[in-house]
Amino acid sequence: MRQLLNTLYIQTQGTYLHLDTDNIRVEVERERKAMIPLHHVESVVVFGNVLLSPFLIHRLAREHKPVTWLTEHGRFMARTETPVSGNVLLRVAQHGCACDRARTLAVARFIAAGKLQNQKTTLLRSAREALGNDPELLRQAARDINGQIGCLPLAETVDEVRGIEGTAARAYWEVFPLMLRANRDFFWLTERTRRPARDAINATLNFVYTVLANDCASACQAVGLDPQVGFLHALRPGRSSLALDLMEELRAVVADRAIITLINRQQLTPRDFVLHEGNTVTIKDEARKLILAHLTERRKEEVTHPLTARKTPLGLVPHVQARLLAQHLRGDRAHYPPYLHR
Amino acid sequence: MLDFLVCYDVNTETSAGRRRLRRVGKVCTSHGQRVQNSVFEVSVTDVQLLTLRERLLAEMDPTEDSIRLYRLRQPRDKFVEAYGRDRYVNFSDSLIL
Repeated sequence: MRQLLNTLYIQTQGTYLHLDTDNIRVEVERERKAMIPLHHVESVVVFGNVLLSPFLIHRLAREHKPVTWLTEHGRFMARTETPVSGNVLLRVAQHGCACDRARTLAVARFIAAGKLQNQKTTLLRSAREALGNDPELLRQAARDINGQIGCLPLAETVDEVRGIEGTAARAYWEVFPLMLRANRDFFWLTERTRRPARDAINATLNFVYTVLANDCASACQAVGLDPQVGFLHALRPGRSSLALDLMEELRAVVADRAIITLINRQQLTPRDFVLHEGNTVTIKDEARKLILAHLTERRKEEVTHPLTARKTPLGLVPHVQARLLAQHLRGDRAHYPPYLHR
Repeated sequence: MLDFLVCYDVNTETSAGRRRLRRVGKVCTSHGQRVQNSVFEVSVTDVQLLTLRERLLAEMDPTEDSIRLYRLRQPRDKFVEAYGRDRYVNFSDSLIL
């Protein structure tokens, strides 16, 4: 397997990076934290208030190592474009793949398979902790989803893949409230509603998905993929289809799981929501902060990536996946391996 | 990637010697990391090894100084024992600071 090249991520606020004898010298408050030889680094991604010396930027640009600036919360801001960057080839490969029906179908299938598998894992995990009749219902839903995974290889068009995904989604959302164990009379979910959110769960889901979509879009940009050219999602002006594609595998394990945890721990209660006239619901500001803080903690949590077998913070999984997708599009990898949560 | 241990002795009796010491140190720094005062661990590709060797040979004075390169057996953590103050960083691990 081709080794994943190393990316230097700087998250500590107030860090200063500069060039020192072919090394990146990392300083926090004028104290040297690390010296990293340039030849071990493929790209630099910085979050929030991190300074890079101009000479370091020049040197990285000369060696075609992109620098990506994200906000502290991981929203994409800018990336250096080097004089001769490999990105154009990657983008051409991506567009070529998007125009090729068979290849698009293959990628879409793997993405959907990853999504369904992770939904199944989430349901089974909750079934272990549920009480009464619920475990049986959750397991039944997991079995239904499993059946849909079996249908994926038979799908002949991307539309059929979307259909299979939809069937599985229905089974998943039907039992979703059963995974919640606190304030059940308040947190109910009849159907997914986007804008406006009709109930508290939808409002929370929409918020968390927005945050996650931003992470995924940043990951695409950081790797040099065009975030708007997706495979499973239809192309539409202004829509980050590829980011949404990447997000599919992570919805259940990152976003849904976070909400379930917060509600079950009673950190998120009915008091955190405002009910408006006309049946719409919004989240209060403090609750938003709470959710963001929880997501930040969750991002730091380490998981063993099934493919690279490396301990990876959950927050970097979108970056790893984007890189794996880029490898597939370039032809270095026979198929796109989705992220499967253990 | 090949892992090497680079050790050097540079004669510092003259100011030219002290200059050579500094410059040899810099060459090593640009390829790897300092693990002891005159000992570096470097992890390089074949091509980078050629560059490193050439640059070291250009800096040293063969009549006064000595440079030794030891090839480290991999995996490193199985064959290298380190005690005491050790700031070794594995650069192929994820780099998040």
